[in-house]
Amino acid sequence: MSDLSLRSAFAVLLKRDLVLAYRRRAEIANPLLFFILITALFPLGLGSNKPMLQAVGPGVIWVAALLAALLSLDGMFRSDFEDGSLEQLMLSSHPVSLLVVAKISAHWLVTGLPLVVVAPLLGVLLSLPGDAIAVLVLTLLLGTPILSLIGAVGVALTVGLRRGGIILSLLVLPLYVPVLIFASDAVSTAAAGIPITAQLYIIGAMLVLALSLAPLATAASLRVSLS
Amino acid sequence: MFMRWFHELGSPPYFYRFAGRLIPWLGGLCLVLLVTGLYLGLIVAPSDYQQGESYRIIYIHVPSAWMSLFIYVVMAACGAIALIWRMKLAEVVAISSAPVGASFTFLALVTGSLWGKPMWGTWWVWDARLTSELLLLFLYLGVIALYSAIEDKRQAARAASILAIVGVVNIPLIHYSVEWWNTLHQGPTVTKFDAPSIDVRMLVPLLIMALAFKLFYIVNMLMRARCELLSRERNSRWVAELAEADHG
Repeated sequence: MSDLSLRSAFAVLLKRDLVLAYRRRAEIANPLLFFILITALFPLGLGSNKPMLQAVGPGVIWVAALLAALLSLDGMFRSDFEDGSLEQLMLSSHPVSLLVVAKISAHWLVTGLPLVVVAPLLGVLLSLPGDAIAVLVLTLLLGTPILSLIGAVGVALTVGLRRGGIILSLLVLPLYVPVLIFASDAVSTAAAGIPITAQLYIIGAMLVLALSLAPLATAASLRVSLS
Repeated sequence: MFMRWFHELGSPPYFYRFAGRLIPWLGGLCLVLLVTGLYLGLIVAPSDYQQGESYRIIYIHVPSAWMSLFIYVVMAACGAIALIWRMKLAEVVAISSAPVGASFTFLALVTGSLWGKPMWGTWWVWDARLTSELLLLFLYLGVIALYSAIEDKRQAARAASILAIVGVVNIPLIHYSVEWWNTLHQGPTVTKFDAPSIDVRMLVPLLIMALAFKLFYIVNMLMRARCELLSRERNSRWVAELAEADHG
């Protein structure tokens, strides 16, 4: 184990998580279906008034993405915690905060990226204009990794609890709010034809901040949860 | 000399007695300041040329809002100390601060909406400062919920400390929200130290109230910390001796 370089340890962990996810395809599809279903409920509940759907569309899609991310979070560390492989990970000679990034990346690839891919379809369902759909995809591309990173801290804190779900949403959703505000604002602003560089820069800054600090917090939380 | 006192303070029985002696003095001072501040603020201070008498809620609203931020920073700092040096007392102080901070945040939100109704014509607007203050309340509630969900209280305190530290990113957002975004909430009038744009006769009672609220927090936190210490150390000898002395 000790002769494994950090780079290959990272790659092995990433590949393991992706393979595990691939073997449980149905489970992975659930958050995606949830995302589509929630978004499809709004036109049914609010009526198919086109200008109104255009006005609420960005917010609805982003709230649905937030909830879908929240739903998928629990799987990030749960099975590893139960079968003990998380403890093995903590015993590794490599820094845990970097290994955690591999797990978070795998989580984003199997739950965040599909949301980005189906988002244009939902944009069409809510009759967003073409420019706004492009911006929606861009904000989701920048924003969903933040959701996985912040979520990892919350999951790491609650992984030892039997009923972590409700508490997890209380911990994580307030921290998701800035992403929601700036991302949905960017999409509605783009729909009005106004430049959105400022919002994109802020979301990008949040991504960099989350990427540099969340893994450290996740590693520290895992140490507390496993102690 | 100071370091020795500091180390002694870290021992639960010493802190328990020390806090017990401190509470009546600080509590008395807090009461005096509270009465003085309210008298000066509600009766002596002149009324505002724009807002009339209803501005006087500032003497509750602004100190509570300051305390909501101050207590969060104290809680996160104590959490960091607890995580780095494994100091039991810092854990206890951090956890005892959370409910007080949550109450002050709630008070700031309620008084703010009572003030907003006559001034802005609405109980609530989704502007940057109100929203971020509401988020602060949820952060406090998250810390409290996480702490009460984990059985082992030392582990719970460390988990809650990490959460508190992660939530610190919200503090500068709240503090600068009225300067960064042009919203309904008015800009700061007190913290511009070169020339505060508030009348001295209004400023003095406000500062007295702020001091009184700070003392109230310290007294309340010390009381909670004493209870928390007793329940955590209930199997130790000093608590048993204390209970015996109480009975005998």
